[in-house]
Amino acid sequence: MSDREADRLMGVTVADRRADLGRFLLSWFAIPSALVVALLLGAVMMLVLGANPVTGYVALLNGAFGGSYALSSTAIQAVPLLLVGVGICIAFRANVFNIGGEGQIAMGGLAGAATALALPDLPSFVLIPLVLLAGAGGGAIWGAIPGIFKAKYNVNEILSTIMLNLVAVQVMNFLLAGPMVDQSPDSVGGLIPETKLLSPNSQLPILVPGTQLHLGVPIAVLVAVCVYVLLWRTSFGFQIRSVGLSRSASAYAGMPVKRTITMAMTLSGAMCGIAGAILVFGSISHRMVTDGSLTGFTGSAGFNGIVVALFGGLNPLWTIFSAFFFGGLIVGGSALQVATGVPSDLVTALSGIVVVLVVSLEYLRRRARARTITLAGPRAARPPRPPHTNAPSTADARGDE
Amino acid sequence: MHRHPDRKLALILPAVLVALVAASCGGSSTPAPASTAPSPSAAAAPSTAPSPSAAAAPSTAPSPSPAATTIKVALVAPSAVNDLAFTQSMVEALNSLKGKYNLEIAVSDNQFVVATAANVIQTYATQGFNLIIAHGSQYGSTIQQLAPKFPNVSFAWGTAGSTYDLPNVFAYQVNSNEGGYVQGAMAAMLSKSKVLGVIGPIAVGDAKLYVDGFCAGAKSVASSISCIPVYTGSFSDVSLMSAAATTFVANKADVLTGTAQAVVGAIGVAKTNNLPWFGTQWTQVSLAQSNVVSSQVYDWSPIVGEILTDIQGGKLGGTTFTATLANGGAKIDFNPGFNLPAEVKAKADSLIKGITDGSVKVPQ
Amino acid sequence: MNQFFTVDVLTVTIASGIALATPFLLAALGETIGQRSGVINLGVDGIMLLAAFATYYTALKTGNLLLAVLAGAATGTVMGVVTALVSVTLKAEQGISGIGVYLFGLGFSALLFQKLVGTPLPIATLPPVGIPLLEGIPVIGGMFFRQSLLVYLAFLLVPVVSFVLNRTTYGLKIRAVGENPAAADSLGVSVARIRWSTLIIGSTFSGLAGASLLMYGGIFQVNLTQAEGFIAVALVYFGAWRPVGVMGGALLYGLVGVVILTWKSLGIIPLNASDLAATAPAVITVLALLFLARRFRQPAALGRPYEREG
Repeated sequence: MSDREADRLMGVTVADRRADLGRFLLSWFAIPSALVVALLLGAVMMLVLGANPVTGYVALLNGAFGGSYALSSTAIQAVPLLLVGVGICIAFRANVFNIGGEGQIAMGGLAGAATALALPDLPSFVLIPLVLLAGAGGGAIWGAIPGIFKAKYNVNEILSTIMLNLVAVQVMNFLLAGPMVDQSPDSVGGLIPETKLLSPNSQLPILVPGTQLHLGVPIAVLVAVCVYVLLWRTSFGFQIRSVGLSRSASAYAGMPVKRTITMAMTLSGAMCGIAGAILVFGSISHRMVTDGSLTGFTGSAGFNGIVVALFGGLNPLWTIFSAFFFGGLIVGGSALQVATGVPSDLVTALSGIVVVLVVSLEYLRRRARARTITLAGPRAARPPRPPHTNAPSTADARGDE
Repeated sequence: MHRHPDRKLALILPAVLVALVAASCGGSSTPAPASTAPSPSAAAAPSTAPSPSAAAAPSTAPSPSPAATTIKVALVAPSAVNDLAFTQSMVEALNSLKGKYNLEIAVSDNQFVVATAANVIQTYATQGFNLIIAHGSQYGSTIQQLAPKFPNVSFAWGTAGSTYDLPNVFAYQVNSNEGGYVQGAMAAMLSKSKVLGVIGPIAVGDAKLYVDGFCAGAKSVASSISCIPVYTGSFSDVSLMSAAATTFVANKADVLTGTAQAVVGAIGVAKTNNLPWFGTQWTQVSLAQSNVVSSQVYDWSPIVGEILTDIQGGKLGGTTFTATLANGGAKIDFNPGFNLPAEVKAKADSLIKGITDGSVKVPQ
Repeated sequence: MNQFFTVDVLTVTIASGIALATPFLLAALGETIGQRSGVINLGVDGIMLLAAFATYYTALKTGNLLLAVLAGAATGTVMGVVTALVSVTLKAEQGISGIGVYLFGLGFSALLFQKLVGTPLPIATLPPVGIPLLEGIPVIGGMFFRQSLLVYLAFLLVPVVSFVLNRTTYGLKIRAVGENPAAADSLGVSVARIRWSTLIIGSTFSGLAGASLLMYGGIFQVNLTQAEGFIAVALVYFGAWRPVGVMGGALLYGLVGVVILTWKSLGIIPLNASDLAATAPAVITVLALLFLARRFRQPAALGRPYEREG
């Protein structure tokens, strides 16, 4: 079935596709204006806290984008955001809300580290793909569980993914302080919850000497491109998107709705799992270390990746830029803190404001557009459909029972 | 139909972006200049740093040629500079040595994300800092990898006992079991129910060492005493720490202790039930003035002083330092506001003396 | 195990389980009201953090605990106005805007704490208040009727919310707006007004949840909630949008947590199983839901901004 036929079957009109484009374009208006407002608010906050906003922002920009070293730090920071974001694109396109990224990243890291511990002597060109695949597998399992629960037992994925995050952190602490702990004198005989130094064959090579840019960066970009192809150039991707648009219509068209939902969550988890593996094998320390929290390992990428995916319009390719931008904000936040004494939490607060402003402005722009299009013709006046976080209708909510 | 301009663009732009990053990285293979990275001037208490240039400006220094003797120190720590615990103990030590060694101090606190902390440490290393203190055992493996790449920079990390056999790595640790032992013995004497409440985050590192020492000390006084530690599974969950303390109180525990940043929740329970509390890492009297019996306080200044002297003498690492009751790196800070029975105080003093002169052996 | 089944230990375990469940219950009840009108609010955790800080700061500066709790509730109300403006009037994508509110609350409360307070200083907490007569009942009295006022308030709100949702005109309108906003609209119910009201009430509950969390530990720190707001949202699904079900979920979660801690302190759970045992509240909550296998469906218009046709 071609996309076009399918579109007709699904009732997806040309207007919808244009609207999708329009929605994206307008976000280019929305994002800069939201950024300006957020930056002004940030400046006010810095002034109130007795810091010089110009110094602060210069430090932020310099820390994030000033020079090759800063750029490579930003790129490294962007990798987990990008992979989680891409995973979120898959899940949201299938209309399932994955907030289990944090746990899926941790499970991916653990699976990758366990593989490297078990098979340290394999050559690099075998071991690196293997540990990344193992990471994908670990994340996939942690994503599949809520997927299956949702498809089979109608357990809401928001509930199960949140709960699985809580389980993942304890599993991580248990494994890293117990079965996987480094017993050598380096870690004071097991008092530090970390694995031993992982095989050098599993370390992601640095691509540009003198920077931190490692193989994980092109891998993440490649994964994003592949997911784009998967979602828009394969029949399986079409299935994911149509299930996301309407479960009942997809079921009517003979698609395996339950299996698609499970697969979308599994793939979404797999992306997060790769992020976890890259966090381990691209890390400076080249071990997996826990400070007892998920954030200590993930840097909150499981949450921030959701925002990154939104800013990429739920399109894996645009998510690449969005991840780079947010990675820069995080890296720059540390520089801002050192330069002005304003805690980098300011950046967290500002990114929250940006998110709220963008999703709000989007509606205003959309309404303005809708009004102009109405003049052109009534058929095109349908408002674009935002990706919903939940089942779109009663029938859909129960459609798979 | 399928080929929308935005998609073509979206396909091309990532390639351009990657090329740009790669090109700009390849363009200059040397690390970033000092100006791009954390400025060293935010003094040890960032909240009070007025402007980025005041502290560092040579003109403010009394000596006309300070550059020769100034030691640039960077501290990377997992919690806040004023956490009344682990991080604050190191910040205070650096501040106390600031004048003597003419230190220029930069602090990055709240670096609980290990990967980000590694990045910060590496950035400091590229910026001409003489000493980088990675104050957290989770940073050790980062130091192990970075130190060989920056042979002219001295690294110190703790709390742990391994320099990884590297010539530019100092390690520091604290025998927190010693203070734990003394406080455990006092706790056992203060307890009427012979049940002690001991709360920790996860059973690793400094927390486990302290808790084990505490229970050993308690058992040395009353062998049948109940001293079962509860590890909540989180360093930062205040509610869970409170709940654990409440649980102990229900189980008849009448003396409490604990370690972790979230332990403030448990101190609140001690206060509410008016039970004695023993603190560790930093003095916790301000949290419960009439309940804190004593706190084991880490004083890193002797160790950091030795490290700085070594650096001045051209020795960049290779030594492991251990803070003990004997060398003053750890002390028991008694709260004058707590009415401690004389015989308990006497027991504590004799134990401190015994541990100091080696006549009392604290089990590891 | 015998030590566990003593009256004293059971009494305190249940009493502190109830206290631990209270912030979850308040936040989840608030979220229930909003979701019944068709709006998902994922910003609960951020609202709780801001409210907890407001409570803390007020208590620290004035020493007036009532004022402090009110400050927390008022912070919730203000954030409710923001949430309603974004989710209802500006028809933003709710899941995403909620994450935005969460990030704002997380960052801003941390910023305020570090710049305005810095060193963690404890505050006095709400004392437990015994209910006359009931308090004297053996065993039961100690478990249920010696709690702080916020705990009583939270549990009193369960029947109140249930009554309002099921037995009043306002509740009927809320449900109508959540199930079929177009039909409600055609009957003259203002969808926007109802959703504004539910979000403001719900967020005020979240503010109270933040206040009660703060009062439980008596101190603020960065990210005090540890994602409890998200767990509260999960409990709404557990409770299938029924206040009583939500209460069951909150109690289950809180009680399992405290029972695990008690077992650890009695040595029933060995030290090397400590980490895995800490997963019990999450695992049991999910398993309970599987076991109950309830087939309640969610409000039909949940998560969808309402746009009038034509």
